[in-house]
Amino acid sequence: MSTVEEERATPARSAEPPRKRPVRRRTSTRTRAELTLLLGPALALFSLFVLVSIAAALYYSFFEWNGFGPPSKLVGFANYRKALADPVFQGAIRHNVVFALLSVAVQLPLTVALALLLNGRMRGRAVLRLIAFTPYVLSEAITAVAWLVMLQPGGAVDQGLRSVGLDGLVHQWLADQNLVLYTLFVVSTWKYLGFGIILFLAGLQGVPTELREAAALDGASAWQTTTKVVLPLLGPTIRIWIFLSVIGSLQLFELVWIMTLGGPAGSSATMATYVIDRGFRRYQFGYGSAVAVVLFVVCFAFALAYQRFALRRDTDGALTGRVD
Amino acid sequence: MTAHPATTRPRKLSGRQLAIPGRYLAALLVVGVTLVPIAFVVLGGFRTNAQLNADPTGLPHPWVLGNYRTILGSSLFWRLMGNSALIAVTATVLTCGLGAMAGYALARYRFRGREGVYTLFSAGLLFPLGVASLPVYLLLRQLNLLESWFGVALAEAAFGLPVTIVILRPFMAAIPAELEDAAAVDGCTRLGFLWRIMLPLARPALVTVAVLAFLGSWNAYQLPMLVFNDQSHFTLPLGVATFQSQYSQDTASILAYTALSMLPALGFFVFAERRIVGGMAGAVKG
Repeated sequence: MSTVEEERATPARSAEPPRKRPVRRRTSTRTRAELTLLLGPALALFSLFVLVSIAAALYYSFFEWNGFGPPSKLVGFANYRKALADPVFQGAIRHNVVFALLSVAVQLPLTVALALLLNGRMRGRAVLRLIAFTPYVLSEAITAVAWLVMLQPGGAVDQGLRSVGLDGLVHQWLADQNLVLYTLFVVSTWKYLGFGIILFLAGLQGVPTELREAAALDGASAWQTTTKVVLPLLGPTIRIWIFLSVIGSLQLFELVWIMTLGGPAGSSATMATYVIDRGFRRYQFGYGSAVAVVLFVVCFAFALAYQRFALRRDTDGALTGRVD
Repeated sequence: MTAHPATTRPRKLSGRQLAIPGRYLAALLVVGVTLVPIAFVVLGGFRTNAQLNADPTGLPHPWVLGNYRTILGSSLFWRLMGNSALIAVTATVLTCGLGAMAGYALARYRFRGREGVYTLFSAGLLFPLGVASLPVYLLLRQLNLLESWFGVALAEAAFGLPVTIVILRPFMAAIPAELEDAAAVDGCTRLGFLWRIMLPLARPALVTVAVLAFLGSWNAYQLPMLVFNDQSHFTLPLGVATFQSQYSQDTASILAYTALSMLPALGFFVFAERRIVGGMAGAVKG
């Protein structure tokens, strides 16, 4: 921002015919001062917390450092090698990926199906919208605690299943190493389903009724109309939903941390819980920083790849949009 | 998000009749699945532990007010709520204020490096606080801002800037230049234009970003968990989780605590529903 174009252009412009805009007699110094005033604080805050903290994490990641005193024991890439070789971290990555795949394979069809069913005129639509959105507004901490209580052995969920004769389904929801990840997935579905439904209902507003009517008049069945006309038009919403959902799955932390701390025996650990567990709780700040950097890189790589290959035509550059 | 205009011609479309009961069935399913856990928490707070143990899914019988009364009478609970409010309001004001100023500069000034600065901010979208909390914690420690509500608010505001600027900039860029010209003719400076004309016109977008920032901060757990060690500094989400682990045998009190912690967010939501839902959908669509 050190250079302001107007300043350099002034002598040449003075000979030109007046521009469309009324020429302001502001000095370049003034414009520059305004820009500094307007952009400075935001840039400073953003740089300090976002850029500096990321750069610092990168720096710390090359040290073995318990957080006391400045980091001094340089270990190169040893932290990264150690993390990628640790079965718990490998498991954490796998759990994040399973979560992401499950949301696309299970939550997405469920959400779209419910949104399609709910689309249209209905009594109490506003109330429905309000209720469906509620879990999204509650914090993950509240969600986690509420479900933690309900999922206790012999708790509300177990009793609910028994009362409808499904005793066979009663499990150690959070203590069974093979089940805990799926239990957490169900809880996260509860929290985010309504958000998705609202998103798709909004997307469906953009599908003209005439198109569906035309398809029906041409003899398309309701199923054909849905799969051949409506779903393709929902493409942008679906792609955005997948993006949010995968990024959310990769960053999964609070539900897991509060409900299981990543346990039992690391069976529900995620990359983010691993960062906090190793870095913060065990005072391995260099190692934790390295894992945090891996987490950045994974999210960043996914976001860039997705932006490049899937979102390109939709957002036409949320990241590159130009304004004139 | 209003209902379609009534142009349905159901008679011609076989299978459409089926859609109506299906629609209500789906609605019932969504409402039920959503509300049952919430009702369990709220009603459970009105029961005793003995009642909860004997019949986890039953209704309160008799209704007990003690759990709620104890928590409402605890000064710590109110303290945490105050902390949450202070941090959320500060973070919201900072994000919106600084974001609006930066968005204005990026939308209405021409200068070299403008797109670069905008790209820098929007790249911040890829680094939410959730993945950066350990580095941010270390930074706050370096700055001597551990245990400080202001430190948490600053960090949340910083990470809130990208989405704020990405929403506000196109909105501000879309305000016609003629308006600015007319204001300039009337002797309004560019900063005056921001304050007197741009901000009032951008109100819908500002409300949206404010709601996003407030909700994000109010519900935040990870960074406060790292930064606050002293219980009297806790925010409400931290309080809920800590209460659960401290009194894990006292289920009825946990449920009452959780229910009371839901109330502010629910109240805020009912109050600002249109903005929240519209804002989410809008923010998501970019």
